Amino acid sequence: MKQYVSVEARFDEDGNLLPLRICWEDGRCFEIDKITDVRFAPSLKSGGVGLRYTCRIGSNQRYLYFDENRWFIESI
Amino acid sequence: MNTPTKKTTENVFNAPLTDNNKHSQVQHSEPKDRVILHSDCNCFYASVECLYNPEIRQKPVAVSGNPENRHGIILTKNEIAKKFGVKTGEPIWQAKQKCPELVTVPPRFELYKKFSQLTRQIYGEYSDRIQGFGLDEAWIDVTGSTKYIGSGTLIAKEINRRIKNELGITVSVGVSFNKIFAKFGSDYKKPDAITVINRENYRDIVWNSPAEDLLYVGKATKKKMNTLGIRTIGEIANTPIEYLRNNFGKWGDVLWAFANGLDCSPVTKESEADSVKSIGNSTTTPRDLENFEDVKSVMTVLCQCVARRLRAQGFKAKVLQISVRDKFLSSFTRQTTMDSPTNITEHITKTALKLFYNSYTSFTPIRSIGVSLTDFSPENTPSQISLFCDERKNRRLESLDSTVDRLKERFGNYSLVTANLLKDPALSRFNPYEEHTVHPVGYF
Repeated sequence: MKQYVSVEARFDEDGNLLPLRICWEDGRCFEIDKITDVRFAPSLKSGGVGLRYTCRIGSNQRYLYFDENRWFIESI
Repeated sequence: MNTPTKKTTENVFNAPLTDNNKHSQVQHSEPKDRVILHSDCNCFYASVECLYNPEIRQKPVAVSGNPENRHGIILTKNEIAKKFGVKTGEPIWQAKQKCPELVTVPPRFELYKKFSQLTRQIYGEYSDRIQGFGLDEAWIDVTGSTKYIGSGTLIAKEINRRIKNELGITVSVGVSFNKIFAKFGSDYKKPDAITVINRENYRDIVWNSPAEDLLYVGKATKKKMNTLGIRTIGEIANTPIEYLRNNFGKWGDVLWAFANGLDCSPVTKESEADSVKSIGNSTTTPRDLENFEDVKSVMTVLCQCVARRLRAQGFKAKVLQISVRDKFLSSFTRQTTMDSPTNITEHITKTALKLFYNSYTSFTPIRSIGVSLTDFSPENTPSQISLFCDERKNRRLESLDSTVDRLKERFGNYSLVTANLLKDPALSRFNPYEEHTVHPVGYF
């Protein structure tokens, strides 16, 4: 299931884009506790490709993709 | 290891090594073989569509044109559809007879171009010498990288793995010492495979394969070769070159060299490649063209498009060619040389229509029509003006074209259309400038 989400992100001094918070349509927001991996990868479950951030949110791990200036999330 | 050149030198001079001829031997040693990869994305369009639509991934899938516009042919199919015998180029109805479960999806060329660029970015990490061959194929000369990264096979494996992991599609890679055998290698084993063709194995692998597996041996050449008793690439290689030349002209020399592994054409960087040699557009019309008015509408759109593309490239063209296919699928092409190089839409349209009127006398309804321009010169090349032509009018037309181009660029293709195109929008409302502009490429 491909779910486009709004994301609060930050560019660091080196120009890297780092997502900080994911916000769902219903208004709930989730802080990203840690980004454990960043790589270009396909999303086999949702379809498409993009820069994939492996995010730890609480005790869960989620793949967050950045493609064509939009963010989408794939459940693991 | 002694190279053949060294042996020859020793035989001819039959002299022991001395300080003097040691030096000359080093200088004359044969250069190291190049390491060339040819990477071919498997079932490219269909693979990208399956990646974006996980729900069809396990089904037979074909990317096809729109049957309502009579573009209903299979452009590409995935491996599952291939097993049902679905072939590229066949009509959808025929493919569905073979495979009733076939899922057909419309093409999204922008997406395929994006994936093509992404694959090139990966290739670019291994070499700066990359030559595209269509959207889905490319040669990569990694000779200079083997010292730092590893053998050609290792680089091929790395590219194959990265494209799978990063882009979610698969590639077949051929590794060889020339471009022709590298291409042969990528076609030899599919999908998701690596084939190495080297000086030790090419006689076993390449030479035992049918002649049509060699680049540029198409249907007609294959047929002619078969009548001459030539059925394999090895037989092409071992046929005297004069015999091939007598039967195939200069192509005989080319095919003989290809078959013997003697192709030495470089992998040309995109930036070094010859600039565009021709610009053309064609279309299969939504209904047959029944009269000259119909032809005029379609031809006008095509000419406006090719003229605009020509100006965007900064060229003028001297030769115009039209291609016509009637409803019985018989086709012809005609070309004409214009008085002077031009990129003015009005001149190009008038020339194309005149050529059509003069060459199409039996009016069988027409199914598809195309216009192309060749013999380019830079638009700022000085040219001899004619006594009988109104140069002031030409300047005004050039200025008009330039304004129209800018308006279309800013506000879209349909922001400005010539009045005659409003008569039958069903025929004339298509945009070859932006839709389906995939540039065909040739090896030469």
